[in-house]
Amino acid sequence: MIDVNALIGPYPFRFIPHPDPELLERVLDREGLSGAWVGHLPSAFYRDPSSGNAQLYTALAPHAATLKPVPTIRPDWPDWERALGVATDAGAPAVRAYPAHWQLGPGDARMSELALACGEARLALILTVRFEDLRQRHALDAAGDLQAAAVRSLARAGPRVRLIVTAAGREFIEEVHWGLTPAEQRRVVWDFSWVWGPPEDHLAKLFRSIGSERFVYGTQWPLRLTQNPRANLDLLPDDLAQAKLGNPEQLFAE
Amino acid sequence: MTEPLIDAHAHFLHAGCGRSDWAEVNAARFRAGDKMGITCHVASVLGSYGFNSPTYFPSPSDVMAGNDAMLALCDTEGERVRMLVTVNPNYTERALAEIQRCAARGAVGVKLLASRRADDPLLDPICALAAKHGLPILHHIWQHRRREWPNQEISDGADLARLARRHPTVTFILAHIGGGGDYQHTYAAIRDVENIVADTSGSGVDRGMLDEAVGALGSQRLLWGCDLTMETGLAKLRALENTGLSSADDIKDIRWRNAARVFRLKSPPAPGASPPQAASRPAPKARKKRARK
Repeated sequence: MIDVNALIGPYPFRFIPHPDPELLERVLDREGLSGAWVGHLPSAFYRDPSSGNAQLYTALAPHAATLKPVPTIRPDWPDWERALGVATDAGAPAVRAYPAHWQLGPGDARMSELALACGEARLALILTVRFEDLRQRHALDAAGDLQAAAVRSLARAGPRVRLIVTAAGREFIEEVHWGLTPAEQRRVVWDFSWVWGPPEDHLAKLFRSIGSERFVYGTQWPLRLTQNPRANLDLLPDDLAQAKLGNPEQLFAE
Repeated sequence: MTEPLIDAHAHFLHAGCGRSDWAEVNAARFRAGDKMGITCHVASVLGSYGFNSPTYFPSPSDVMAGNDAMLALCDTEGERVRMLVTVNPNYTERALAEIQRCAARGAVGVKLLASRRADDPLLDPICALAAKHGLPILHHIWQHRRREWPNQEISDGADLARLARRHPTVTFILAHIGGGGDYQHTYAAIRDVENIVADTSGSGVDRGMLDEAVGALGSQRLLWGCDLTMETGLAKLRALENTGLSSADDIKDIRWRNAARVFRLKSPPAPGASPPQAASRPAPKARKKRARK
């Protein structure tokens, strides 16, 4: 199983211990995960993420067998298409974008262009609903959560678009899923790093309502405990104990 | 699992909370608790959970109905469930009477919500009565209060510290370090107030949260708990064992020994102990509404 929602590098608003690829590899091993798709956390806050992407490629090169780079591409930045080509050449399985941080609202044509270009290159586009709970954010962290409307808009952009939406809760997931046609729904998968387990059993309800295969494994390491999604799976009701997750490496096989 | 495990921060629903799935949610807590090895749920009912009066400002009649439901659950479940008596300090006489009533029937602590700021003098008679009965007070906390939030009169660690200093013989449990807000502020605010312990519950699972809690407060001032998200409780339990910060003995303290001490549990139920009337638990019903926290 692959962790699609891992990052390296420091976070600007609080200290996080050892956000390094070496430790990430050890954590994956401890958690029984075979690899991770890894982004560069500071790049979400850079105006130009290019330097962050270069750091990411360099840092992950010694760990290429387990850690795949997921560069950040900002579609309102000149020459972003070149960065997409570099990502493809580097073997990236996906790219990350942070439209809320870049003040690109739902329906922004530049985000649609990026999603379409990623789809043509057979790269998933990873979106992040949040890095931290709204209630603890630094006063300067004013981006706000990603809006569900932004995800719906991108899912509708074209048939080759593939989205991995991370750090969403149940209401967000349901709002997007039931606001899409069945064909559009198949373009979106979710990590469940922020979905509640028992006693409310949001994850179980989502598995039953929209299907476990629409979910992939993501931890949001190093911001959150890697043990959380595993614990959530372990506490599913017995009838869902064997529920099969989606395979992020097969996103373009559908 | 051979060790007891006490969830120091649990809640149960009841028929008066306006949710048709209340029994299903309660059953899910027991189901997950059994999987995790929870041997004792220290729990409260928060009035009508907003159905008749606001969750954090419950009316006296809702408080009493909720406590009645909690008492009934304790009767059914035996030592597997222990009760915190919920009160609204804006109704002093009712609050004091409710503590007396429920303490006489085995309540092991008092639950204060966010009906009044923690350092308000209205809390003093409640604390005095808690001291008389030897009851700890679990206080709902917003980690670092930077502004007002709707539907709560929130308190933070600094507010609770002022109350705790006025009542040094009472043990205060600062609720859910993972329950929202800046827990780093909390650690600094309560580090030197020895009669405050903290519970680890809440949906937040930030890396560093537990390490810093152990570093600031020490293992003897942390109680393990879940609140509304049991998967985060399990994740923190596993993380404690992986951080290397706490010894095996320290982990026992966090898992159950601190809670047994604070709640004065003479015999925390051993793993595998069965509730006396588990078969009489209400059957799960279909869900219609969902939680809002």
